[in-house]
Amino acid sequence: MSEEQIKNLEQQFEARIARDEKIEPKDWMPEKYRKTHIRQISQHAHSEIVGMLPEGNWITRAPSLRRKVALLAKVQDEAGHGLYLYSACETLGVSRNELYEQLHTGKAKYSSIFNYPTITWADMGAIGWLVDGAAIINQVPLCSTSYGPYARAMIRVCKEESFHQRQGFEIMMKLANGTPEQKELAQDALNRWWWPSLMMLGPTDAESVHTEQSMKWKLKRKSNDDLRQQFIDQTVPQADLIGLTIPDPNLKWNEERGSYDFGEINWDEFWQVVKGHGPCNKERIDARVNAWNNGEWVRDAAVAYADKKATKKQRQAV
Amino acid sequence: MKENLYNYILGIADNSLILGQRMGELTGHGPSLEIDIACTNISLDLFGQVRSYYQYAAKIAGDGRTEDDIAMLRKERDYLNVLLVEQPNTDFAYTIARQYLFDVYHAMFLTALQSSHDITLSAIATKSIKEVSYHQRFSSDWIKRLGDGTNESKLKIQNAVNTLWTYTDELFHQTEADKAMVTEHIGVDVTQLKKAYYQKVTSLLTEAALEVPKLKWFQKGGKSGIHTEHLGYLLSDLQYMQRTYPNMEW
Amino acid sequence: MKKNWPLWEVFVRSKNGLEHRHFGSLHAADEDMALENARDVYTRRNEGVSIWVVKSKHITASNPEHHGELFEPAQDKVYRHPTFYDLPDEVKHM
Repeated sequence: MSEEQIKNLEQQFEARIARDEKIEPKDWMPEKYRKTHIRQISQHAHSEIVGMLPEGNWITRAPSLRRKVALLAKVQDEAGHGLYLYSACETLGVSRNELYEQLHTGKAKYSSIFNYPTITWADMGAIGWLVDGAAIINQVPLCSTSYGPYARAMIRVCKEESFHQRQGFEIMMKLANGTPEQKELAQDALNRWWWPSLMMLGPTDAESVHTEQSMKWKLKRKSNDDLRQQFIDQTVPQADLIGLTIPDPNLKWNEERGSYDFGEINWDEFWQVVKGHGPCNKERIDARVNAWNNGEWVRDAAVAYADKKATKKQRQAV
Repeated sequence: MKENLYNYILGIADNSLILGQRMGELTGHGPSLEIDIACTNISLDLFGQVRSYYQYAAKIAGDGRTEDDIAMLRKERDYLNVLLVEQPNTDFAYTIARQYLFDVYHAMFLTALQSSHDITLSAIATKSIKEVSYHQRFSSDWIKRLGDGTNESKLKIQNAVNTLWTYTDELFHQTEADKAMVTEHIGVDVTQLKKAYYQKVTSLLTEAALEVPKLKWFQKGGKSGIHTEHLGYLLSDLQYMQRTYPNMEW
Repeated sequence: MKKNWPLWEVFVRSKNGLEHRHFGSLHAADEDMALENARDVYTRRNEGVSIWVVKSKHITASNPEHHGELFEPAQDKVYRHPTFYDLPDEVKHM
């Protein structure tokens, strides 16, 4: 194809997206669109899978049977969501194994928040409430993103995730209304997870590299700063409601803007964690690599068995 | 309190509790995402059954204890599960062998429990049997895949079966509570299940190209609260919150 | 050995009376496993009463580049639709 032809195709392609048409796997697409989508969808999938680990920590220690089944179901959903997203990514011509390879070798990124440790039960509450809360704000707009398989996966994810945040908030509420010791657990968890949750919505608009292109492709519908403001505005009243204090002395309602003003985020910490220097980066990747490596003989056995069975069937047919 | 009935229920429920806890340990660490999800489903089924049993047991005890008190606040000698279910997830072969060796028993047991004269137990059995039939399908398919897969998988699953075999005989031991409940047509006579159990297991192992262990001496004790060393560690996780923060609601 | 489990497409009937609908995909070594995985992955919330699985490689798909010749010719065949035919309002049940 000549450069002219490609340019033409690209214009038509952008026009389709602007008209809110969906792009499907076999449609022509610019290489950059394909690559950007592989990157974003796989990052998203990796985040789900790595995100199972900090919460998975507490499955065996959940304080009641009711909490245990809820947590199991939630962490299981994350596996499911990772699976839906890897499948969406595979329609772009990359296999799940290749994507794992990128995760395991540190080439691919995932949400940095999962590099923080879960050290008390209250962290299950804080993650559900804050981390899932921030994730939902990020994800809901993606249900109408331009790439069909991604949009469909996100619709399923959002539908299933609706219980996750409620699950977390209920844990927090119960702690906040419990004994002084429990309330302290809840406040401590909020103190530790608040700032990382704000960071989770991404660098400030000034620092964000992909925003403009992503907006055009509907991979992003609102800027990071707008999403962050939305998250803060909706979360502060929830904290008030259960009597917990947001750990930000500069947090103040701004009548004029109809929003909360908030303090400076420690972006230095954010970039350090992204670069691999968070408290648990190594543990998280090691856990994934171990699961994968220890599972190899199992996956191989299943293939060998399937091959034998197929041969047997063929022989019977002859 | 109807002590025999109470102990009888714990004997059933503790198996599901401990096995559910073992399966739950794997969430996030399975050999593939699909298997991870399947194992969590099994864990969830088992905990669902556990809650029905303990809620019923709490009602019978009638001393204000809840399902969680019964699940998490007993001493190690008061857990009545069989030794088989507390064995660790040494590798996926152990997980599958443990699951399969228990599933076959569990399905037979629940089938019989459906005819219990205790309507609550019979109702729980009727609901659970569908879940357990699926567990059995899952674990027996995997026994076949591992047994007739690669040389490595065959070695591993054979090894796991050999190790766990010693815990199978206990499934068919009768406790005092068992005997009393059988007399009242509430309980299942597990001694009657033994022959069919070994027939079924033998036939599957043979189909999976595995050898049936020839063992003359079996381990026992779980049903009377004398456990392997593994249980203590499992309980310290299970009970951690309730012990560290006593008398609180979660 | 490093052989990947093939990809399967999953179709689920939500309830009797409805058609099977494409739900997504997954990996499995053989058809039994594909069915079991589909059950565990896609019907956790009571979404189905029947499942079909088919290896993704067995699906033949039309090429979007042929969209024009395949699908556009049907756009102007308005006589296939009931509204094409003018009938007086008095005619009932038709």
